[in-house]
Formats: sequence, C-alpha cells, structure tokens
Amino acid sequence: MTNNQYVARSKAIAARALGDETMVMSARNSTLFTLDEVASVIWAAADGVTPLQEIVRRQVCSRFDVAPDIALQDAEALVANLAEHGIMLVSDQPLETAAGARTDAR
Amino acid sequence: MPSVSAVQQTSSVVVKIGGLPIRLRCDDPAFVRQIEARYAGYLSDSNEARFDFAIELAPPDTNSPDEDVSVAWNSGNWLLERGDFRATWNPSTAQGNIWQTPNPFSLDSVLRIVHTLILAREGGFLLHASSAIRNGRAFLFSGVSGAGKTTMARLAPPDAALLTDEISYITRNEERYDAVGTPFYGELARAGENLQAPIEALYLLAKGPENKIETLEGAEAVRGLMGNILFFARDPEFVKLVFDSALDFAARVPVRRLTFRPDPSVWELIV
Repeated sequence: MTNNQYVARSKAIAARALGDETMVMSARNSTLFTLDEVASVIWAAADGVTPLQEIVRRQVCSRFDVAPDIALQDAEALVANLAEHGIMLVSDQPLETAAGARTDAR
Repeated sequence: MPSVSAVQQTSSVVVKIGGLPIRLRCDDPAFVRQIEARYAGYLSDSNEARFDFAIELAPPDTNSPDEDVSVAWNSGNWLLERGDFRATWNPSTAQGNIWQTPNPFSLDSVLRIVHTLILAREGGFLLHASSAIRNGRAFLFSGVSGAGKTTMARLAPPDAALLTDEISYITRNEERYDAVGTPFYGELARAGENLQAPIEALYLLAKGPENKIETLEGAEAVRGLMGNILFFARDPEFVKLVFDSALDFAARVPVRRLTFRPDPSVWELIV
C-alpha cells in the first residue's frame, strides 16, 4: 500500500455525472466506463494535489460505512485500474496541472 | 478529313442525405449511373452542394473491404481508409477525393463516415438502428447485428413509413431530435423513405418469448445508446462531441428495452 499517492483526472476524457454515477469516456480509445457512487466520489475529488489517502478519509469513510484500510485498498485498486485505461493519472508527487478534465453535473 | 479528338468528360451527381447535398464527380459515366441507381430517392434536383468529392476508380480486385476502417485528422484533412477505398476530405475547402473500387457500397462507407463527422459537430449521429415513422413520430430500434433491426422493419404495419432497416440518421433540431430517412440499408436491401420526423422513443432490442418494454434511465440508457452509435474517428475532440450528444439525447428521448417475439404483435406496443 502506498500512503502518498496523488490522483488526477486525465484530460483525454469526457465525463458527466448522472445521479450517483459518473460516466467517463476515454478519448484515446472510446471506451466507456461507469463509476459507481463511491468511485464517483473519488473521481470528483481527484484534483491532483490531495493525497488519495486523504480523499478516502475525508470523502469516502465519512459518507460510507467502510473501514479506512479496506476503503484505501479498494481506492488504490480503482485508481490503478483507471490509470491502466489512461483516464486517471497516478503519481507519488502532486499533479498540480493534471486535473483539467471537468465532470459536468447534470 | 476532320480531326478527331477525345475529351474526357466528368459526370457528377448530387446526393442529398439528411438535407446535406454532396456532389460526387467521376469520369466514368457508367459508375455515375450506378451511383444514381444506388441513391435513387436521395438525388438532388439542384447542382448546388455543400461538399464536393472527385472519385477515381481503382481496379475491382485492388483490395478487400474486410479490413478495419481508419479515420484520422492530419494537417487540415480527414483521411479515410479501408481496403477498398481511400479518401481525403478538407472541410475548410469543402473538397475531397475518393479512390475506390468500382463498387457503390465502397462509396456508401465513405459517405457514412463523412456524415458521422459532419453530424458530430451539429449534435447528431448515425445509429445502428432501424427506424420508422408512424402517426408523425419516429421510432428507433437499435441493436447489434442479429438483434432484430431488420425483423422490426419487416414486421412494420402498412401505416409505418420505413426510414432504414440498418443505419438511422439522427439530427439535432433545436430542442428535439429527428430521425431522417437514409439510403443505407441492411438485409432488407431497400433504401428508406426520404422523410423526417421527431423521435418519440429509442428501443434497444432483445429477442425473447414475449413482448415486453422496460424503461432505461441514466447511465444504463447512455450505455445502451453509446454502444450502437457509429463512430469512426478516434480524435479526442470528436469523442467528446459524440459523448455529449449521446448524453443529451438520452436526457431528451425516452430509451427503452424492447424484448420481443418476432411476430407482428410487437408493433401493438409501439404507439
């Protein structure tokens, strides 16, 4: 487990919140992803400068009934998966300029 | 003795699909006649056109149409390529060139791609769907190959005007979406009627033991729609345009899953 991961939304995506879910489309290969409620919270908070651990503590554990270590483990798996598909950036350094992609709320 | 000279004559025809006139020029009059036959019902009476393509024919066995299509933006031109055609198109000059086998269906593919690119900027798209107008409203039946698009077209009652059994043409018309007839057909091998009407609903097709309609909402509706939009360009800007159009469409047009038994009774539900 990495304690200082920083995550940011890729710019090469189109995204829109639909209720509790978020739809994300990769501009690289047109793959469509649907993020559930918890993943949507992490996605919305992925500003490139807030550590993932902090996002999980503030945004996930405060809203959902889940143990912090389990939540962080799940969050790390999620961002790794999204990073593999090129729709999220993950780094051990802050990504101050990366979070340019906007999730439009309907 | 008078001199004899030969002047190569270029013939042209204007094909108007979705209200968009495209002039097609070719120095082979026989191929132009094939185009006229293929797009009967979609030929413009006027020689005015928004875009102009010059067609050059290649030998019929040049390449295979089975290759994947490639669509790329390069230095102000769209480059369209498949085994049986290659085309360039400059939207700024409204001019393009097509090198293709003498098969009207190769031209069909080029026109479909060109229309997807034009529609994307105007909030519309092409959809794998049959469509028909009934009582002044259009109904779309979408799905992958084998889902029942042509079956729904064949089962349509006499009062329904068929727009296509394969590729539906969707335009954004201010606050609503319209379906427009196309000459793009599937197994039915018959062009749709050149008509237009506001879309009442999109049905995602599934075959089953009984007729049933379920309303889809939110992400489920968008997923179903996105999976059937014809989309060739991998350009990030176009991906975003199509994504936004799909979301907007799903917010304005009811999206339903239609499980149906392939007999005429299914049309009793389409009202």
